[in-house]
Amino acid sequence: MTAGRLAASLALAVLAATTAACTSSSGDSPAGEARTTLTVGAASSLTDVFEQIATDFTEANPDVIVAFSFAASSALAEQIRGGAPLDVFASAGRTAMEPLVAEGLVTGVADFATNALQIATPPGNPAGVTRLADLPNVSVLVCEKQVPCGVAAMELFERNSLAVSPVSFESDVRSVLTKIEADEADAGIVYVTDVIAAGAKVVGIAIPSDANVTSIYQAAVVAESARADAAARFVAFLTGPQAQAALAAAGFDGAS
Amino acid sequence: MSLDPSVMTTRRTTPIPVGILAAVGVAFLAIPLVGLLLRTPWSRLPELLTSPVATEALRLSLITSISATVLAVLVGVPLAWVLARARVPGRTFIRALVTLPLVLPPVVGGVALLLAFGRRGLVGQYLYDWFGIQLPFSTAGVILAEAFVAMPFLVITVEGALRSADPRFEEAAATLGAKRWTILRRITLPLIGPALLAGTILAWARALGEFGATITFAGNLPGVTQTLPLAVYSALDTDREAAIALSLVLLLASLAVLLLLRDRYLRGGSS
Amino acid sequence: MSLHAELALERPAFTLDLMLDASDGQTIGLLGPNGSGKSTTLRCLAGLEQPQRGVVEITGTTVTDTARGIDVPPERRSVGYVFQDYLLFPHMSVLDNVSFGLRARGAGRKEADAAARAWLERLDIADLATRRPGQLSGGQAQRVALARALVTDPDLLLLDEPLAALDAGTRASVRSLLRRHLADFRGAVVLVTHDPMDAMVLADRVVVLEEGRVVQTGTPGEIARRPASDYVAQLVGVNMLRGHAADGTVSLAGGGEIRIADQAIVGTVIVALRPEAISVHLHHPEGSARNVWQASVTALESRGDLVRVELDGPPTVTAVITPGAVADLGLHEGARVWLSAKATELDVYPA
Repeated sequence: MTAGRLAASLALAVLAATTAACTSSSGDSPAGEARTTLTVGAASSLTDVFEQIATDFTEANPDVIVAFSFAASSALAEQIRGGAPLDVFASAGRTAMEPLVAEGLVTGVADFATNALQIATPPGNPAGVTRLADLPNVSVLVCEKQVPCGVAAMELFERNSLAVSPVSFESDVRSVLTKIEADEADAGIVYVTDVIAAGAKVVGIAIPSDANVTSIYQAAVVAESARADAAARFVAFLTGPQAQAALAAAGFDGAS
Repeated sequence: MSLDPSVMTTRRTTPIPVGILAAVGVAFLAIPLVGLLLRTPWSRLPELLTSPVATEALRLSLITSISATVLAVLVGVPLAWVLARARVPGRTFIRALVTLPLVLPPVVGGVALLLAFGRRGLVGQYLYDWFGIQLPFSTAGVILAEAFVAMPFLVITVEGALRSADPRFEEAAATLGAKRWTILRRITLPLIGPALLAGTILAWARALGEFGATITFAGNLPGVTQTLPLAVYSALDTDREAAIALSLVLLLASLAVLLLLRDRYLRGGSS
Repeated sequence: MSLHAELALERPAFTLDLMLDASDGQTIGLLGPNGSGKSTTLRCLAGLEQPQRGVVEITGTTVTDTARGIDVPPERRSVGYVFQDYLLFPHMSVLDNVSFGLRARGAGRKEADAAARAWLERLDIADLATRRPGQLSGGQAQRVALARALVTDPDLLLLDEPLAALDAGTRASVRSLLRRHLADFRGAVVLVTHDPMDAMVLADRVVVLEEGRVVQTGTPGEIARRPASDYVAQLVGVNMLRGHAADGTVSLAGGGEIRIADQAIVGTVIVALRPEAISVHLHHPEGSARNVWQASVTALESRGDLVRVELDGPPTVTAVITPGAVADLGLHEGARVWLSAKATELDVYPA
């Protein structure tokens, strides 16, 4: 066999293998198992709590495996628009969900949690931030303006007439958190749940509820999903007692 | 009857499997670029490219990439000289160190820079505590991140040229009475001129396109740290067309670099 | 003394150990096979290399003294160096190349260029001023290299195989040009070559170097007449026979005997016999030549208008005769002939 032919055969083999892998990963497995893999695109602020919820869900629904893609809600919305194979979309706030509803790309939207903002400071709070009014005087990190967390942060500043010039607009809330943990900036605007999840790595400064911005978390089934049935079950599970308990434990407020 | 090489002709036709794979390769590289060009919102282009976000990003990118290149040249040329000519111990180690940013994922580079120059970083903490200087979230931070990834290109090109240059010209210059600085200025550097230029252009192109280290280390703030690549990333989820327009600018810059360098430089070595 | 040097250094190929003296205006020819240490000597004189032990003094100034830790770098020595492959700076014009030494030492562009032009005129290459080294012929490049070295008015001029890169035709004319300019140079000159013609034509004194050691010094004529080693003998084309002399007869080391004119000389001697002084005969010659012996032709080699005939005796010698003679005698490899050489044609000296 000449080198050329060998190379061509190898290439074809590789192509065939990858195509096979692609088609078999999603969708139904060979007869006898019938386990579905559900791909959930969720806001990064849901990272830890959704892992817990996934375990609970699979216990209750053994025929479904849940796989996650955590990113900024706006990025996920864009992916869905682009036809990404997501089955469920869990958004941190209405701003990312609404356009998809209008475009008919999602169905069965349900509110499942609310989240409030909190100020996170590095361990020991070196800049001595105690309240919102301190923010204009220190270096602040927020999420990008189109990310729900960023939208909320901007709203927070506006509502409280704060002239804050953030030093950076991070791509998602977890990036903000990581940089605050590393003491790269004096304060970051993140969700209450993020501060809880970070534990001792950051110090949380509460924002009075009358000054705060609430984000309503919504989940929906992606219209193009081939596993709409399983997806709907997941969305329903989110509003059920088990998920709500997990969410509450993580610091989310109820869906009301 | 012996074979005379001068009258033998070689068969120039490409074997079919090689041709197919080559075509796949070309398609693989060309299709994304063609896609970009086809999806460019030509009618909106002037408006998109003159928007505040775009002009800020463009201005910032030019300033930082050129500054980073200057930094890379100022530090990189002496470094290349040491690697090529001086007899310091641990040269292999230094060379590996210089090559590292080439193979390191840029984000990892950004993390490393944070750990070194961040507010609580190895060096950064002194910069902050003693001088109040904070490199993350500053334009200087962008320049540093870009220089970090761009310098290896310059050092490697220049080192290669210095190694292949005949050191005896420098000896001849010495016998004529030239001191070391004169030799460097009038003999060594001019002799490696083409390679130096190629290395500089490559470094500039790399600095211009840097994303991972910049966003991780310097952050993302329009006008301060949001370079063109970062602006593209930010625009992706809000104004797709703006993202495409900015991508086009970067594509044109890359093409310009390729044209400037032309084949012979990219094939390695000076003319 | 314009130049005084004592150099000792060790290399894998040889151990250099020599002493060199030259007075103003004198040209020393350093002659030897490749790898004998000639170039290393020049580099030590220029300061491009340091001997392990040694001293170099140029017009009274000590530039190297290993014992006292003195090592003046090349740029501060007053030395002009013409390299074997000239090393003209490829990115500069001929004029800039020649003026480089002056400008490097701080001269302004105008004066440097004027001085450079003067030298180009002197060497008859003024019209090449704007050319690049890549556009020059071998002979032209050599002259540019010479001008470049001389423009700074050095105290010592070093030439490394100056004619080696030239083809045979150019060599002769450049050699005579070089001879003229070396004669004009007021300082000492050390010229390194493996070509004895260069040494003969250009040098006032020749130092023969073999494997780092000086095997002979003297004027070109002395070296040619009385080579002290096989290498030199081969270079100058003289037959060199070693043996023990007593009562006008030398018993040769390789076998055979030679009658010499000097009856008094005793002991180990070298007998130098010029190839031209050997006559070749088909039959035993009758005549006054005291030395007659039989030999076989082992090789015939054309050398210009003449033919060199290698013969084994003993003793093994080389003779030079005309092609006509070769034809008349019907010489061919393996032919048996008779050789004769007059005792008066032999040069005998103690080994």
